[in-house]
Amino acid sequence: MAECHPVGFQWVMEAKQRGATVIHVDPRYTRTSAVADLHVPLRAGSDIVFLGAIVNHILSTGAWFEEYVKAYTNAAVILREDFQDVDDLDGVFSGYDPETGTYDTSSWNYDGVGAQSSAGAGEEETLENSDRGAGGDSGESEQSEKQRGAGHELGGHGADMGLSGMHRDETLQHPRCVFQVLKRHYARYTPELVEQVCGVPPEQFAKVCEAVTANSGRERTTAWVYSVGWTHHTVGIQYIRGAAIIQLLLGNMGRPGGGIMALRGHASIQGSTDIPTLFNLLPGYLPMPTVDAHGTLPDYLATISSPDQKGFWTAADAYTVSLLKAWWGDAATAENDFCFDHLPRLTGDHGTYRTVMDMLEDTIEGYFVLGQNPAVGSAHGKMQRLALAHLDWLVVRDLNLIETATFWKDSPEIETGELRTEDIGTEVFFLPAATHVEKEGTFTQTHRMLQWRHKAVEPPGDCRSELQFFFELGRKIRERLAGSTLPRDRPVLDLTWDYPLDEHGEVSADAVLREINGYHLTGERAGRPLSSYTEMTADGATSGGCWIYTGVYADGVNQADRRKPGRDQHWVAPEWGWAWPANRRTLYNRASADPQGRPWSERKAYVWWDEEAGRWTGHDVPDFVADKAPSYRPEPGVGGPDGLAGDDPFVMQADGKGWLFAPTGLLDGPMPAHYEPQESPVSNPLYRQQANPTRQVFRREDNLQNPSGDEAGSEVYPYVFTTYRLTEHHTAGGMSRWLPYLAELQPEFFCEVSPELAAERGLEHLGWATITSARTAIEARVLVTDRVVPLRVGGRVIHQVGLPYHWGVGGDALVSGDAANDLFGVTLDANVHIQESKVASCDIRPGRRPTGPALLEHVDAHRRRAGVTILTGNEVRSGDPTSGGGAAAVAEVRAKEHTSDE
Amino acid sequence: MAASPTPASGPGQDDRARGGRLRRTLLNWPVVRQLTGSDPLGRGSASVSERTAGLTARTETADRVVRSVCPYCAVGCGQRVYVKDEKVVQIEGDPDSPVSRGRLCPKGAASENLVNSPKRQTAVLYRRPGGTEWESLDVDVATDMIADRVVATRARTWQDTDEQGRRLNRTLGLAGLGGATLDNEENYLIKKLFTAIGAVQIENQARI
Repeated sequence: MAECHPVGFQWVMEAKQRGATVIHVDPRYTRTSAVADLHVPLRAGSDIVFLGAIVNHILSTGAWFEEYVKAYTNAAVILREDFQDVDDLDGVFSGYDPETGTYDTSSWNYDGVGAQSSAGAGEEETLENSDRGAGGDSGESEQSEKQRGAGHELGGHGADMGLSGMHRDETLQHPRCVFQVLKRHYARYTPELVEQVCGVPPEQFAKVCEAVTANSGRERTTAWVYSVGWTHHTVGIQYIRGAAIIQLLLGNMGRPGGGIMALRGHASIQGSTDIPTLFNLLPGYLPMPTVDAHGTLPDYLATISSPDQKGFWTAADAYTVSLLKAWWGDAATAENDFCFDHLPRLTGDHGTYRTVMDMLEDTIEGYFVLGQNPAVGSAHGKMQRLALAHLDWLVVRDLNLIETATFWKDSPEIETGELRTEDIGTEVFFLPAATHVEKEGTFTQTHRMLQWRHKAVEPPGDCRSELQFFFELGRKIRERLAGSTLPRDRPVLDLTWDYPLDEHGEVSADAVLREINGYHLTGERAGRPLSSYTEMTADGATSGGCWIYTGVYADGVNQADRRKPGRDQHWVAPEWGWAWPANRRTLYNRASADPQGRPWSERKAYVWWDEEAGRWTGHDVPDFVADKAPSYRPEPGVGGPDGLAGDDPFVMQADGKGWLFAPTGLLDGPMPAHYEPQESPVSNPLYRQQANPTRQVFRREDNLQNPSGDEAGSEVYPYVFTTYRLTEHHTAGGMSRWLPYLAELQPEFFCEVSPELAAERGLEHLGWATITSARTAIEARVLVTDRVVPLRVGGRVIHQVGLPYHWGVGGDALVSGDAANDLFGVTLDANVHIQESKVASCDIRPGRRPTGPALLEHVDAHRRRAGVTILTGNEVRSGDPTSGGGAAAVAEVRAKEHTSDE
Repeated sequence: MAASPTPASGPGQDDRARGGRLRRTLLNWPVVRQLTGSDPLGRGSASVSERTAGLTARTETADRVVRSVCPYCAVGCGQRVYVKDEKVVQIEGDPDSPVSRGRLCPKGAASENLVNSPKRQTAVLYRRPGGTEWESLDVDVATDMIADRVVATRARTWQDTDEQGRRLNRTLGLAGLGGATLDNEENYLIKKLFTAIGAVQIENQARI
């Protein structure tokens, strides 16, 4: 955190000065470790064991916060009889289908609750994906392919939970209640296992357990902070679930100084998830409709929530209709389902890696790249760059001439001969962008807070904001389609696209923010901004582009532009910017009070029930129905906000409770279970199943994987490597390697290795090293440092190599170097299609890498020694080579493999 | 909408005024000033050189100060952008921000360099198929050409229905990547336009 979010880290230092204990759990020693009370280096990819053993410690020592757990979590809920845990089934949960590599999640649900799973399992026959070109390369079955479109769009709350049949055991003794299932599940996660898997000694681990439990309860709270070190894994969701279980057991959710804080790495990456430039979402975490489940608007709404579930998702009809009204205006009427059929339909995974593979199949003609540098920043850079050469046209909009824009003349593949400039048919448009001070608008920072930026100066030369570019592009597309009678052009021509322009002819960001906020369309208040999403209706009387952002223009005031100095307001600082939803700074803060509505302690008072006023009040905007008394109990069968009891603090969850066990919403398991990374020199000691059995693998000649664990050939890639950022650079370098100040501060790519590894491989400090995976080899300057600690794992020493990933090969940046992400292959998490790019295996040797075609020969020689084929590492169910792809796909792969061997 | 410039003030001002009256005499030796003046530790006015005394901070001579937010990570540090003659001359941390309290990290502190970097590209460039060099292109022409390509690609790759006759209403012929460095209003227009033209493959750094 001190390294990548330095200014945010001042608050950690302030807490430390007041007596907080700071623990840094990270394979890498950083500026955070330097000031932490305890640095715990662990093996990259072993966090589920680490977190799981903390859960076991909490449960076995009785350190859990009993009153909180009983009242606010689903600990008491009884699970179905047919649920089976990973220990019963050699590493998979009940419902696993090895053919597809996916789960039928129905056995994970609450007993007596007739819910459909969010994964859409067991639905009608799947569709042949006719537009996939040659297809089959990924080895994915249609069933798993379809499920790839499901996942996190429901925010993890799951869908359609009819709760009337659910039962609880308030004593937590029933053998099938969540609490007992959790206890059994975590019994194997001992300090000894932590030592064996993570490489963390028991005495060090005990210090962590002691600190975390001692700093939780009525008087104290513990916070967890994570970043992409937890998300860039094939089990990333389950890392965060592990922390969620700890925080719920210790009563640290919804309370000041508690929670799980995602530190995000781009100025508005939170905003671009809320208002998503993502394939599977519409604004406000509404799902994009799919071809099979969402034929009509009622079908679509039925998959988001059922009327008898609790909480605010039951108003998804109002959020959806208001969005459709914002986009299609008067054309959206009750008679035509508010233009629901104007929305395109998904047929599976259309994520960025799938898209790049489709480029290689020549099914994609055009590509817009906007302030991102996939040639350096995405996993498997070679696949990215080769795909760009297959496009008909490419538009890159950026501040600098990034490697993604110049791949056709200076990419590493030109040097190896894999690409030849004259043969690349891609037409490339580079359009210079405006910087943050040359346009107005909002960023949403990592704490969900929107802050408005004013425009300081006009952009120079041809530079334009994305707002202006896309507004003009839309105008020009509409001009070209004007008068068309084709049904497909109606969504374009019906689109509301009439934004006011300023004196420079530029579209007003203020007007767009007002549209996002939404307004009344009818009645006395017609034209007035909505002040809350609770004002949205499903009858077309309101418009609003992103329901969770409604309120940012409450009272006609740009609330994101509030700048009352921090020193002039109380510590929650509610009058600086605006946080969604409803300017709440801490979500689920009803849980900061006890079931009777009193603060758990004076020290940790945050929001509470004011009996006299009959309202919730406190330091923050209460995250609850404002006048609902703690003693309130709904009539059975009542859903929505009215269905929430006065002690149901988790108001977006279908049952109002925090989930120790996730009965719906996840595709890879209801509880975290340890799996090794896709590439790991270590065998999974818990069961036969080596890696996540639902991970998304791509069996392709251009995506070969290193052997792992006990597999023959794994000794060719014996080391673990991980990637990370440095303070002085930003991601793939597009905003830092072109700046003289920053380029000078960190001019060159390097690798961090321990003195022991340096001795083992003959690496010299400040010399060169070549690092090799089954994809490619890269070179880096060697930094020999005791900041990297060799770990004893499973009775042997595991070395880790650290690689900052900011550099790329190109001709225009002030500093360039090999790209660390080139070493990774593409294997994805099942829930959210995020690649495993924080851990993989490698070889490291002294000296510079070969150049030209010799580089390809070097990589190939390693693969031959390791016996790598397209099936290597891609058995989804360990020991079952046909798993996860269907027999036909594997046969096809085998045929290809045979060909390539010849 | 911009805030007015903050008046030049602070501890440095008196020292500078005093320094401006210095003469090249023995009495102005730093050590003499240190021993006889109001700065016995030699950390302030006593150690100011004549050249330093003649300097003025860019923040003092700016025409206006504009409130902004750092464009790098997602902490969301407040920035004050100092503008003179319609150029950004300095970017400082905003002490009013309850998030950052005036601080910036090395990247945020370098963001004036981001705006004014000598390497920054400010003209449209075009590379034709098979071309070996960039060519220049008018920005409006470029936008027209891109609009033509979107319309043509969309028409060529349009899918009304699947083979079971179910509505697809989309094109898989074009894709987008990027958004986490952009504004909410920009992401909103991008998603709105992509969805309206039936393009579903739009992604950003949040996936990566």
